[in-house]
Amino acid sequence: MTPVVSVHGVTKSYGEFEALKGVEFELRAGEVFGLLGPNGAGKTTTIEILEGYRRRDGGEVQVLGVDPADAGLDWRARIGVVLQSSAVYENLTVAEQLAQFAGYYERPRPVDEVIGLIGLEEKRDARARRLSGGQRRRLDLGLALVGDPELIFLDEPTTGFDPGARRRAWETIRSLSALGKTTLLTTHYLDEVEQLADRVAVLREGRVVASGTVQELVGGAPTTEIRYRRNGEVVVVETEEPTRVLHELTAAAIRRGEELDGLEVRKPSLEEVYLSLTQAEPE
Amino acid sequence: MRLFRHELRSQLRLYSRSRELAFFTFALPLIMFFLLGSVYGNDRIKSEQNVRAADYLLAGMLGYGAIATGFAGLSIMLVIRRESGILKRVRATPLPAWAYVVALLCTTLIAFALEAICMVALGRLYFHTHTHNLFSLGLALLLGAAAFTALGLALTSLIRSAEGSSAVVNAIYLPVSFLSGAFFSPHSFPAALKAIANALPLVYVIRLVRDIALHNQQIWDRPGDVAVIAAWGLAGAIVAARRFRWEPQEG
Repeated sequence: MTPVVSVHGVTKSYGEFEALKGVEFELRAGEVFGLLGPNGAGKTTTIEILEGYRRRDGGEVQVLGVDPADAGLDWRARIGVVLQSSAVYENLTVAEQLAQFAGYYERPRPVDEVIGLIGLEEKRDARARRLSGGQRRRLDLGLALVGDPELIFLDEPTTGFDPGARRRAWETIRSLSALGKTTLLTTHYLDEVEQLADRVAVLREGRVVASGTVQELVGGAPTTEIRYRRNGEVVVVETEEPTRVLHELTAAAIRRGEELDGLEVRKPSLEEVYLSLTQAEPE
Repeated sequence: MRLFRHELRSQLRLYSRSRELAFFTFALPLIMFFLLGSVYGNDRIKSEQNVRAADYLLAGMLGYGAIATGFAGLSIMLVIRRESGILKRVRATPLPAWAYVVALLCTTLIAFALEAICMVALGRLYFHTHTHNLFSLGLALLLGAAAFTALGLALTSLIRSAEGSSAVVNAIYLPVSFLSGAFFSPHSFPAALKAIANALPLVYVIRLVRDIALHNQQIWDRPGDVAVIAAWGLAGAIVAARRFRWEPQEG
């Protein structure tokens, strides 16, 4: 199956600064793909190249079979965009705003259906200026969905949300894949990709430093951590040979007739993998 | 065309919802006309062929309305829309860019047309002004307002942030209105100020309107004024076409 989005060797510089140094990834139909990375890693530059806002310097990009650098209006009808900061008309109500954007498309989704999808039924006739930050963001998402796009770009959709609002936004994003949509999500929240993303690419200083499912990222980490307590102090052993190390540890403890208090053997969490990927010194 | 009509309806609704725009560009010129007309409307202006001041003022106020609506109101609104990311977001939809811009310009011209009608009606009913040649007058006002919308678009592309926009716009259009004799006859202004005013388009709009409404001329009797106004409008349109941005300034 041809990928919905394919990005190969994409480079982009702003003056001297190389924002992207050969980014590679692909999106499959129907998945939620997470582009993860610290601020300044190149997430927004990447997503804006895919949305057609910016031109790449080099590399190949296909979005829905078209190069976004010379895509037309019919291509725009097939994508939905949520920008990093909310942009809505302050003086229109939720329903009016959605109807205005719906009018731009040949086959829009019914306005009230979208309002249901974003959970703003009670604010249907409220003007945008009266909405909370989280509600505006959901209206923003609604504007991206009203054209019934095949592919949705979400640039940090839940930044600044309280925990309840994030949960609700996650529900909405999950419902998109249930509708068969493909979603590209950038975020710097790990729990967000753990909750939502089928696959992840970790971006660091303009390069993809790891990609795969969340399980693969965590499972692919070479080290295993063994922890136990000795004389009240936590001892942490990081090893790439957990079987041998654990055997030696436990054998020694048995010889001494001791119990290894609080013995734990575990793979690092996604957070630890992420931090080691994004903070390690460049080689 | 369907998209254009849809966008025009949306833009008209948006325009009518904005209290700031409605006040500054719509109500304020009417209020100024009412106040200034009440102060000296019944005087005669000797330096201007002894015309009644109310008649003289009406022409100035129509010019002031054109610059307030077409230039000031449009550019402030557009800068805010650009910097808040709305223009960028609209670019991600299948709405053609021309449809958005033309709908916005038509909305501005429609708003000004309503304002001009209110202004002429206020003059007739309250100050007993006489306005001749309504057809020519309409054409002259349309030309003036269109030139100012083009200049407004050009100014939008030169303003960097939403915070400073209204200060910049006010710092331009209020002195220009004053210098161009929108509020008082510029007859007694120093020569230097007159020279500055004569380099600006509003003087020509007001003079054209005055010659048509007061001195019984037609728009085609004044090709020189028409050419200056059109040239300013064209210059604005060229700057706008080259420099117009849909995206906010990088943070």
